[in-house]
Amino acid sequence: MTDITHDVSSDFVEPRRGLVEKASEWARTNLFNSVLNSLLTLVIAYGLVRLAIPLFNWAIVDATFSAPNDTVCKAKGGACWAFIADWANFLLFGRFPAPERWRPALVIAIFVALMLVSSRARLSGKALLGMWAAGVAVSIALMFGGFLGMEYVETDLWNGIPLNLLLTIGGCGVAFPVAILAALGRRSRMPAIRWISIGYIELIRGVPLITVLFMATVMVPLFLPSGVTIAKLWRAEVAFTLFFGAYLAEAIRGGLQVIPRGQYEAADALGLGYWRKTWLVILPQALTISIPSLVNTSISAFKDTVLITVVGIFDVLGDVNNAMNAPEWRSAYWEGYSFVALIFFAVCFYMSRYSQRLERSLSRARPGPRRN
Amino acid sequence: MAVQQNTAAKAAGQSMIELRNVNKWYGDFHVLKDINLEVRKGEKVVVCGPSGSGKSTMIRCINRLEEHQKGQIFVDGMELTGDVKHVEAIRREVGMVFQQFNLFPHLTVLQNLTLAPIWVRKMPKKEAEELAMQLLARVKIPEQANKYPGQLSGGQQQRVAIARSLCMKPEVMLFDEPTSALDPEMIKEVLDVMINLAQEGMTMICVTHEMGFARTVADSMIFMDRGQVVEVAPPKEFFANPKSDRTKLFLSQILSH
Repeated sequence: MTDITHDVSSDFVEPRRGLVEKASEWARTNLFNSVLNSLLTLVIAYGLVRLAIPLFNWAIVDATFSAPNDTVCKAKGGACWAFIADWANFLLFGRFPAPERWRPALVIAIFVALMLVSSRARLSGKALLGMWAAGVAVSIALMFGGFLGMEYVETDLWNGIPLNLLLTIGGCGVAFPVAILAALGRRSRMPAIRWISIGYIELIRGVPLITVLFMATVMVPLFLPSGVTIAKLWRAEVAFTLFFGAYLAEAIRGGLQVIPRGQYEAADALGLGYWRKTWLVILPQALTISIPSLVNTSISAFKDTVLITVVGIFDVLGDVNNAMNAPEWRSAYWEGYSFVALIFFAVCFYMSRYSQRLERSLSRARPGPRRN
Repeated sequence: MAVQQNTAAKAAGQSMIELRNVNKWYGDFHVLKDINLEVRKGEKVVVCGPSGSGKSTMIRCINRLEEHQKGQIFVDGMELTGDVKHVEAIRREVGMVFQQFNLFPHLTVLQNLTLAPIWVRKMPKKEAEELAMQLLARVKIPEQANKYPGQLSGGQQQRVAIARSLCMKPEVMLFDEPTSALDPEMIKEVLDVMINLAQEGMTMICVTHEMGFARTVADSMIFMDRGQVVEVAPPKEFFANPKSDRTKLFLSQILSH
């Protein structure tokens, strides 16, 4: 008897094994579990190594970190990070007045802090919403200035990364309620509301973003009464909002469509009425289901903000293009675009990780099979 | 209350629900044909009939989950019309239990129960929670209050659904095949709750094939077929001596084993 007990208990205690042992076991079961897989693993590993070594050499070993111009910089044959170092302020903040650059820098810091707090701390939806709304308001105030001794800065000079962030967060933030209304409107029983919603969504989705941007920035002023002007940035922001709104609306509609009819009927039978039913019963479920596609849309929205360059407002990509007009750095486009790519990758990666976390925590809160 | 109530109708024995020549069509299909029905306060009515006979559609008309196209429906003296205010007032007084439970999966059991009292009746949260706990005790699952519906068995979910309806303190309860989606071993726990409710004097209309339940609680049996009320009778007479051939055929089919 004692022997048996002993055997059983030792089965449950996982033997302590070295990392190497674990890794080799993982490799055996995942990478080399058949002849074909072993072959594929080797071929792919070879390809990766052949790519990685030159990339590493270019980016680190042969790179130059300080140099007066691109001819000197490129002499070693590697990356010319001196360009980024030399122009960092311009790439990030563009033509924002040099002594005031701490303001857009602070805006970037605010958004990074918001992102970190949102993903680390467990906060209620209301707290998160309030925090981000306050963040956007403070950022816009900081960019404008004109108070507390801060110089007033025209929106034309709001360049670089803060612009991409503000356009995305402000645009999606305003677009989100618009999208909810449009998605609900598209399913409305009232024909006028339904057709207005369908018209908005399909018109905007049927047109490229560039067209919407041109419409807003070039055509709209023609229709404004004389003397009335709206800054180009705000016109562009309206265009982005309308554009994101249509796509977000379709993402939300996808969620609305899978809510079973019984949910509507149960809410009706309790006498909740349309708005309470929608707000308390339908939307919380529909939005949870739509998280992946909402995040998808937000990620494309962030990437789409670079298109604002075509209407003559310079975001981070526009800044890089402008920086490369400097005669001493004409050939630094690899480095400039890598810099932008890295920033965009970091933000988009964060967004997709955040959505995965959100989905997990929401499904943890409501475990078990859904019977209805 | 915004909507005027007919005090005469509230008195015992007075009409709680009345259907007068109610007709309904789905396109060309005539689902309800000249339905006349009166349910008095405190009365328990069991509706049975073959599938597709219109029995679910009929009770769903009473709280306007379905719209009738001809005839009149009165609930507690109010006529059910397209007027949204009337519809919502009637839905506050009429509880409904569905075949598929239709609990809100994103809310806990307690939140499912308190949602309507807080938002529709404007009851303080604490009071609503006390009421909810009392009702959960009545359906014998107070220990599940903080779980989500997905964590409960079908029988438990249906009892939560009954408690959720009762939380609105309705005058009438409608049951639309409440045990049809349940595994056999869970049917009894739900029927026990319903019998209990009937004994306390709730006005009930139940669409069900549970004939044992019908014999126990029903004041009258209604047999529907092809959109018509074929027979109305007290249960003893209904089971012992059905008048119409269609009722006889139906009863022989469901009671044959």
